[in-house]
Amino acid sequence: MDTQFSWRPYIAGALTGLLAIASVWISTEVLDSPKYLGASTTFVRAAGLIEQSVAPEHVANNAYYESKGVKVDWQMMFVVGILGGAFVSSLFGRQFQFESVPPIWKERFGSSVPLRAGGALLGGVVAMFGARLAGGCPSGHGLSGLMQLSISGYLAMAGFFGAGVLVANLVYRTKGASE
Amino acid sequence: MNWELILGLGTGILFGVLLQQGRVLRFEKQVGAMLFRDMTIFKFMLSAIIVGMVGVNLLVGLGVISLKVKGTLIAANLIGGVLFGAGWAIMGFCPGTSAGAVAEGRWHAIWAILGMLGGAALYAEVYPMLTDNVLALGNLGKITLPEMLGVSPWLLIPILSAGFIGMFYVFEKNSI
Repeated sequence: MDTQFSWRPYIAGALTGLLAIASVWISTEVLDSPKYLGASTTFVRAAGLIEQSVAPEHVANNAYYESKGVKVDWQMMFVVGILGGAFVSSLFGRQFQFESVPPIWKERFGSSVPLRAGGALLGGVVAMFGARLAGGCPSGHGLSGLMQLSISGYLAMAGFFGAGVLVANLVYRTKGASE
Repeated sequence: MNWELILGLGTGILFGVLLQQGRVLRFEKQVGAMLFRDMTIFKFMLSAIIVGMVGVNLLVGLGVISLKVKGTLIAANLIGGVLFGAGWAIMGFCPGTSAGAVAEGRWHAIWAILGMLGGAALYAEVYPMLTDNVLALGNLGKITLPEMLGVSPWLLIPILSAGFIGMFYVFEKNSI
């Protein structure tokens, strides 16, 4: 392929490394608890908060919700912050663009919005079930896990990317096209 | 808002800016890596990991911070990892980037977010059935690579960093 060389991902990545270090240091000093970057537990807490509004008893009796705590916490605000930061950055860089079906998907499945919605929904269910079983996502296991040289991070990342490569190639690679 | 929430929000805003500036939020970038067409997300991630590995281990060595390692449960890490990877390929976002993708105007990431909320709720229901089997299989505890090998992290950090930089070289040589 012919992706133009750019320092951009390396610089943004290195700065993310500095942000991760600063986050752990500052949270240790201020909160007495190290906050490593992560995102997927927020989906558990958010799902619990939504369920709570319909069936509070059910949530209160669920062992998993109890172990994670159904509340707005550091990480949930962190995920909200990602939304705000990315929004402002995309506006300033003129990168903001409405998109209902991404190009690679369109090339393979056409421009049907309901089909893309169904795929993203189904993929989301499977992915989050997997992330919770694995104990984290590419942020918690990937970034934070590998920074700490944790075995679980390497195992999970191998699963994430290995299965990702396999499924993506089965799903999106059309006979001889694009090569 | 207390300090915990303010710090979370501030860290998230900066992370959102860096994810967006690194151009890693899009479906094309995530699926592009799985198709070996565009390795931007790995350039970003591995750069962060090289810097983070050095800084985190330095501060741990100085006694300023402590590690917070996730438990190694071989079966759960691998099976969960594979399920995540399969779903990731179809939705084209990961949990952290999905929020940023919506913010960039890629509003179809909302379906992914709704799906992920459903997946989290489903896992909460199934969890009690998994604790005695999958989640108990191959439990090595909260262990790191240097601990397992019985070596200093400072022996592994240069080796891993060199490996990651070697990957950057391969990516750039192939213009991916």
